[in-house]
Amino acid sequence: MTILKNRLFWPTAILVALLAVNVFTSNQFLTVHDGHLFGTLIDILRGSSPLVLVALGMTLVIATGGIDLSVGSVMAISGAVACLLIRDLGDQNAVGSVLLIVAVAVGVSALLGVWNGALVAVVGIQPIIATLILMVAGRGIAQLITDGQIINVQSSPYATLATGFFLTLPVAFLIAMAAVALTVVLTRRTALGLLLESVGGSPSASRLAGIRAKRITVMVYVVSGAFAGLAGLIYSANIKSADSISAGNLIELDAILAVVIGGTALIGGRFSIAGTVIGALLIQTLSVTVVAVGVPAKATLLFKAVIVVVLCLSQSTTFREKVFGRFKARNPVAPAEVPA
Amino acid sequence: MTIMSPQAVSKDPAVNPRRRVYKPNAKYIPILATLSLLLVMYFSGVANYSNFGQASVVVNLFRDNAVLLVIAVGMTFVILTGGIDLSVGAVISLTTTLTATLLKGGWPPLVVLPLVLLLGALLGAGMGAVIHFFKVEPFIATLAGLFLARGLALFINQSSIPIRDELWRTLSDMRIPLADGVKTTPIALVALAAVLIAAAVLAWTRFGRNVYAIGGSADSALLMGLPVGRTRIAVYTLSGFCAALGGVLFSINSTSGWALQGTGSELDAIAACVIGGVLLTGGSGYVLGTLLGVLVTGLIQTIINFQGDLNSAWTRIIVGVLLFGFIVMQRLVTRRAR
Repeated sequence: MTILKNRLFWPTAILVALLAVNVFTSNQFLTVHDGHLFGTLIDILRGSSPLVLVALGMTLVIATGGIDLSVGSVMAISGAVACLLIRDLGDQNAVGSVLLIVAVAVGVSALLGVWNGALVAVVGIQPIIATLILMVAGRGIAQLITDGQIINVQSSPYATLATGFFLTLPVAFLIAMAAVALTVVLTRRTALGLLLESVGGSPSASRLAGIRAKRITVMVYVVSGAFAGLAGLIYSANIKSADSISAGNLIELDAILAVVIGGTALIGGRFSIAGTVIGALLIQTLSVTVVAVGVPAKATLLFKAVIVVVLCLSQSTTFREKVFGRFKARNPVAPAEVPA
Repeated sequence: MTIMSPQAVSKDPAVNPRRRVYKPNAKYIPILATLSLLLVMYFSGVANYSNFGQASVVVNLFRDNAVLLVIAVGMTFVILTGGIDLSVGAVISLTTTLTATLLKGGWPPLVVLPLVLLLGALLGAGMGAVIHFFKVEPFIATLAGLFLARGLALFINQSSIPIRDELWRTLSDMRIPLADGVKTTPIALVALAAVLIAAAVLAWTRFGRNVYAIGGSADSALLMGLPVGRTRIAVYTLSGFCAALGGVLFSINSTSGWALQGTGSELDAIAACVIGGVLLTGGSGYVLGTLLGVLVTGLIQTIINFQGDLNSAWTRIIVGVLLFGFIVMQRLVTRRAR
């Protein structure tokens, strides 16, 4: 029964179920091809990388009680900056220059995060509104950078970010996993995670306890911006161009959904990185599965909506008690009463 | 633009000789800040562009923003209880698609109209029930509602459907003369009526008091014996109804239905509420503030149209910059007053 009570049980169960469906529906679930792993599972891992990165940053922001709506726009700006610089390179295949440009694009994204963080922590604007500003203006900035055009690049080192393989695994997935590992080490092996949760619980109490709450708040938005920038690079490297309209469109909603599926409460004060990764993988697997099982294109969103509703309800302790509670009435467990 | 302090707006003579300057009640300060900034924007528009001062500019603000106004009114109730409703844009698209499809199928318009309004209210009630009974966070429950409503709309039809119904055509073409040379449309009047009714309900009814009480503290409201569950479900029902009404107004205005209509309008509505001084934490704000917030965003668009030589990228950036300037100024004015 302890496994059932774990808040990651239901998301993991649904993820495994969806993957199991894919084992039967796809002709190649996991094979070796051209010296690297290949198949639906690898496609899911590769395709989920941008969402994992964005959701990872979002988890930290939400842990401090904030929210970052601007991630989609940051993705668009980062892709636009990178493609513009790469197009003007003399040799688009020079690895050193491409790496430098990647660093510049991530740096620009981090600066956008500083802007968000400053609005929230220094000016004191509510996070949803502070990041709404960049969400609205950011896509305009991206369009301005690309001059309203779609910039195409022919750079094989850049394309490797999204389509390359290293040690039989997709590079994009390895980047996402490196980001996850770094975040886990920094938050769970140092006191940083505790400080984040403390600021999420109560910023003023944290400040009185000697925590630099403002600095922590700015930091999470910077991390969220940088990860979104990295996600934008993977997205744009995948299509080898900068598309400022559709890059990261509505990804903020998927990222927030991934975070919540993973058991991080939107009010802040606690977070689960493993949960977020499972949530992001679940959302990507769902999109792949919907197509694989042959749901007609016009019904995909409806299908996704039904799964989301089921997920949300299965996560609600109250719902489980009301619906399934009658079956185990003989063995009552005292539910922890959470004040609304 | 300069910051006008609220004192400069109200020229009330000092009634009490000991009190030299008029000090507005602290709860009205955000609204007065928005109002003064709205006036500054309006008069700087009048000063810079010819024909900006015509009455039709103001009247057209209501016509062009009727849909936003109606959904922002519903959103105000939800935000006042400390919740949020992300589904309104999707409910608009579902309503326009369903209306167009049913009318095309030959259903009588007087059946379609109440039907789609009822559907919006039911969707809202469903989300409210999930939020209240199963303690799902409003952000997530209404996000699921967003996917569901847009999924249904896309399932019904993915392309734009024209409406050829007589009643819809008539309402769309109807012009109501207000004064010499100034005309308005029925949808603007419906939106204005929605604002006035909502303001009255919020200010003078028991339901309105309950909404504020829940936003202040749901636990205290429960301990006081207020009907927290009923009120909370009611505000989401109201918001769903308003979104459906917004969808009907949209379908009248454009005489068509499209499943991608109204994408992102939930964020416009939330922004309008916040500019109008409604606190996202709940318990503080007014419908008239929301009206001012909608007028501000509408006026930004009008000024950009009058400027004329800006491409679409600049429109987004300017809206973002003005939104930023507005929120920071309001923040400074509010902070100084405290």
